[in-house]
Amino acid sequence: MTSIRTRLFVILVLATGLIWLCAVVWIYVNTRHEVERALDTRLMEAARMVSSLVTRGEAVVGATVEPPILDRTTGYERQLSCQIWSLDGRLLGLSGGAPSVELSAHASGFSETVIDGQVWRVYAIADEARGVRVLVGDRLTVREHLVGDMIVGLLLPAAPILPALAILIWASVGRGLRPLRSMTAALERRDANDLSPIGDENAPAEIRPMIEALNTLFGRVAEARAHERGFTAFAAHELRTPLAGLKTQVQVALAARETAARDSALRQTLVAVDRTTRLVEQLLSMSRLDVYATAAEQEWIDVGAALESLTQSLRPAERPVTVDVTPDARTAFVLMNAELFHLAVKNLFENALQHSPDGGTVTWSVRTTGAAAILAVQDDGPGIPEDELQLVRRRFFRGRHKSAVGNGLGLAIVDLALQRAGAELRLRNTENGTGLVAEIVLGRERVSSGPRGRV
Amino acid sequence: MRILVVEDDPILLDGLRAGLTIHGLTVDVAASCEDARTALRTSAFDAVVLDLMLPDGSGLDVLRELRVRGDATPVLLLTARDTVRDRVDGLDTGADDYLGKPFDLDEVAARLRAISRRSSGRASPLLRRNGVVLDPARRTVEIDGNPVGLSRREFALLHALMERPGIILSKDQLQERLYGWQDDVESNAIEVHVHNLRAKIGREAIETVRGIGYRLREAW
Repeated sequence: MTSIRTRLFVILVLATGLIWLCAVVWIYVNTRHEVERALDTRLMEAARMVSSLVTRGEAVVGATVEPPILDRTTGYERQLSCQIWSLDGRLLGLSGGAPSVELSAHASGFSETVIDGQVWRVYAIADEARGVRVLVGDRLTVREHLVGDMIVGLLLPAAPILPALAILIWASVGRGLRPLRSMTAALERRDANDLSPIGDENAPAEIRPMIEALNTLFGRVAEARAHERGFTAFAAHELRTPLAGLKTQVQVALAARETAARDSALRQTLVAVDRTTRLVEQLLSMSRLDVYATAAEQEWIDVGAALESLTQSLRPAERPVTVDVTPDARTAFVLMNAELFHLAVKNLFENALQHSPDGGTVTWSVRTTGAAAILAVQDDGPGIPEDELQLVRRRFFRGRHKSAVGNGLGLAIVDLALQRAGAELRLRNTENGTGLVAEIVLGRERVSSGPRGRV
Repeated sequence: MRILVVEDDPILLDGLRAGLTIHGLTVDVAASCEDARTALRTSAFDAVVLDLMLPDGSGLDVLRELRVRGDATPVLLLTARDTVRDRVDGLDTGADDYLGKPFDLDEVAARLRAISRRSSGRASPLLRRNGVVLDPARRTVEIDGNPVGLSRREFALLHALMERPGIILSKDQLQERLYGWQDDVESNAIEVHVHNLRAKIGREAIETVRGIGYRLREAW
């Protein structure tokens, strides 16, 4: 049943009907009991009355005891039948319409007898002094009839009331659901791009949590959209400068008359293309990272193998830079999402290589301190000025010691990737100021000194 | 014309330096607001190419300071932000022109010539004096309709003298105009160029004002 209105209506109508039925049953049982008590009392009184009227040995033939209350109702006429028996068993008299067979074999008190297929309730009273026994009885069918009439009288008004009640319930339920309907209508009217919150000033308490949940969702979607738009605008903006450089260098190459100038411009063009390519790659990484769930799938990553393959692809061919991976790092395994690990390590590695002077060394190492394990890379470059250490994680921040191909995204990507991977990036200059140490700080349990199974 | 280019992107900066030099301009470069401020305080430029987003601040601040000082050096803003709002802000702050990235090198050079010409109060792009016609855009010089071949420095020297006819320019001013900071300058370089120029356009054209400098005569 999909409609709340129908559902509520059926439930309410069934419940009302059931309560009505219970009331009828209760009234029936109660009335029946009362009627029996009253009629029994009447039997007793009638018997005593007759008994007191009988003189010794005289027959009162043809006496009819009329019921004092119900005599005007034709259906209840001749309810009571009376017999007077002598104590020695002779029938002395009986009321009109009374059967001639003995109404009860009992000497005195109440009893029930079947005569001609009809059940009689009889009260007997024996008068030793007068020598008579008086029997007064009525038929049970009459009693049932009486109770039945009362119940019908009770149920009859329900016939018009129940449909009226149903209409009332239907209308009330509809009215009660009006806030829900108006909210639905408001949502339906909404433009697909309208992510403003729904007003809940007039909303009933029951649907307010739903409105709040919806508003939270709208807020998140709007935020994600704004972020996306902002990022696209930012990316487009950031691409303009390298493109301008590229175009200018090409125009210089075309216009240069001297070979040296043209060659220089072409070399710069090449660098510009590399840099722009890297910028595009990093922008893509960044936008991927922005939507990455924190609970990304993790696996044990072979640090040695990862560094080996990155060394092959990243080490500059034209400059002598040594890459040193300590034995601990070579055999280490790290529990992390593979893509996030790759992004973080690759960008840190690129940074270290770019900032290393000719003949410099880039060192990867692993160590544990307390509850933390640290995968660190150290270079012998100029480091980062202390006042810029906090700024370098910002997107597109380029400090004073920037490299020619950098675009200010590398450390922002590392920072974001490690956040998503549940790790932390720490940056510090070496004590003697001859290089930068970038540390990936993880929980100790996420670094192992040997191969581990997939998690 | 001596130009200061303020741009933090090394490749674009290098391209502008090389490209504008090819267009006959003398180019000095600065990569930050700080460098730009120093350069603008210590040297005179015919025009400035200014990037807005610099690592240590906004180029607009440099521009504002320049105008507050009363320095009217023409400024061409060069920026990746080129919404109408940005352009209006830039021009209202005191910029003479605005160019969005990426741009065309020829257009940058042309706009620099244009804002420099306007700042010196001339309507025509051509400089004329006593039958000598100098075209800054095409970098040609003609005397009575006949083309004269000048070297880059000779052209720059004549250009400087013809822009302010009758005004005496000191040897230092001319040297600043002809050479960037990175150029090695012989101590007698200006004398050599003046000598060569006189040989090409006429001995009497350039007057030596002893102890002060040089000036272009009204007629020769």
